[in-house]
Amino acid sequence: MIVGKTLREEQGMMPKVFGQYVGILAMLLIAVIIGAVMVTGSWLFGPKKVSSYKNAAYECGVEPVGNARERFPIKFYLVGILFILFDIEVIFLWSWISIFKHATPAFQKFTFFEFITYMSTWIISYLYVIRVGAIDWDETVSLDSSKLTHMSPIQESELEPIGVTN
Amino acid sequence: MKSVWDWILDHQLALAIVKAIVWILPIFVVMPLTIWLERRLLGWMQDRLGPNRVGPFGLLQPVADGAKLFFKEEILPKGIDLLSYILAPAIMLIPPLTIGAVVPFAAPNSPLAILTPVSDINVGVLYVMAMSSIGAYGLVLAGYSGNNKYSLMGGLRASAQLISYELAMGTSIACVAMAVGTLKVSSIVSAQQTSFYGIPNVWIHNWTIFSPFGFLAFVIFLICMVAETNRPPFDLPEAENELVAGYHTEYSSMKFASFYMGEYLGMLVFGTVLASLFLGGYDFLPIDWKMMALHNSGTAPFANFMERITIDFGPVFLLAKAVGLVVFYIWIRATLPRLRYDQLMNLGWKVLLPAATGNLILISAWIVTTTQYGVGAGWGLVFAVFVIAAIVVTLYRRQKKQTSPQFEARTIRMVQLKPHVEEAVDQGSDPTNAEVVPS
Repeated sequence: MIVGKTLREEQGMMPKVFGQYVGILAMLLIAVIIGAVMVTGSWLFGPKKVSSYKNAAYECGVEPVGNARERFPIKFYLVGILFILFDIEVIFLWSWISIFKHATPAFQKFTFFEFITYMSTWIISYLYVIRVGAIDWDETVSLDSSKLTHMSPIQESELEPIGVTN
Repeated sequence: MKSVWDWILDHQLALAIVKAIVWILPIFVVMPLTIWLERRLLGWMQDRLGPNRVGPFGLLQPVADGAKLFFKEEILPKGIDLLSYILAPAIMLIPPLTIGAVVPFAAPNSPLAILTPVSDINVGVLYVMAMSSIGAYGLVLAGYSGNNKYSLMGGLRASAQLISYELAMGTSIACVAMAVGTLKVSSIVSAQQTSFYGIPNVWIHNWTIFSPFGFLAFVIFLICMVAETNRPPFDLPEAENELVAGYHTEYSSMKFASFYMGEYLGMLVFGTVLASLFLGGYDFLPIDWKMMALHNSGTAPFANFMERITIDFGPVFLLAKAVGLVVFYIWIRATLPRLRYDQLMNLGWKVLLPAATGNLILISAWIVTTTQYGVGAGWGLVFAVFVIAAIVVTLYRRQKKQTSPQFEARTIRMVQLKPHVEEAVDQGSDPTNAEVVPS
């Protein structure tokens, strides 16, 4: 009587692609099931009383003004681009990182200087990004200093003591 | 006749599902407890009681909340993008539930070894990073889908914050991977069970946190983890006093609960990842009990007992480390005020990222130097780099102080000079009285 296929048979039948990754597949399956239950749960069990006030977008109690999907500050987009640039630079290193420790001394010596050369481009681009103020949210820092003339040091005569009456 | 267990062992997929359930179930049991713990601890730290009515010590409060939310009305606001509105909460649950797949929770010589890790893949560390960045999609979709300005701003802030801190987090993980020489999480954990700094006959384990590079990477990873899970003081995406509730303003009932659950599950699972990478994983204490028994024969019975406990209760210790980390989260939530957005970006890009990258370069230099010239040269290199870094930082600070007069002017203007009040403060009397009595 055959109760089930043996592990070897199963591995033969399963595409080689899975291998160790079956666990991740199972985990993803469970996660998707839990997510689906969470999303549909109160749609099944909860009351449904629709009214136009209840369904309006929340804007602190006043009537919503306009559409929310408007233009947003360019800074967020800039941060996204910078992330992709810097992240990809590190991603290229991962394969080297995983073998570097156990490689031969000659290979280590050679690739270390390759790595330093590569990272120097990283450092130069990083310094450039910092210098142009690409990730400065504080306007007083990122603006040109000539535009900050109104912030010249306060003269002694400008200062008025507050709360003092003679 | 084969038993059910044999059948499971024979079938890859069945075994994988059992493994996944064995991993997820304890996390799901502990998650409501951490919610309770957070509310109780916060109450304690703020000198109030916290929830104490439902069940013993209020332990059933999270369960009651969950049950309530399950039967609440689900509001679909006008103008939402329905598909992404529904997808977003589900996506938020995927990273915390799947990251644990590569984290081993029991030693290879324990009876539980067959169940862990769920999948021992070679690219484990990369998998952790890939899965954790999926969370950003959930936040962005949630922010975009609700037709609400607060949601949109929250989503934008969240995405910028997540990707900024992911850079430093990835680099600090790369530091560990490079120092151990593998990307497999189970190998990283077992590498931490060897003797301290590779010195023979020492009964201390070589946890990553004990080396200077490892400690720096640990601190960076810890800070990035708080930011990645959107916890205070990095909770700008849901800053209540600016954005109502940020990206989940438009969510109600169980969909809101899944954001909440995702946050706490994420804290726990990231805690286990951190424990595996830096704190020895399932190891109880950084002590090699066998070696200790060899060194002092008097301690042998105690050491053997401890060894048994360490091997048999590995999952408990891993979970305890994760919960300890959650307590740390709660503590800093009660202690630190929320950051400003520019401070957040500055910390991520100008402090953590260069520190992590410098650490990476330093570790590669350490590996090269020690293999070519021995360990002494390696320590010499570390010392030299430390001195150079200290000098550079000091010079930079001094120069910055000299070249930015605008800041000082602005500070004076904001404070609005009040000489008599300052005088009163200096003398230690109440400044409000100084207002009444003119000098």
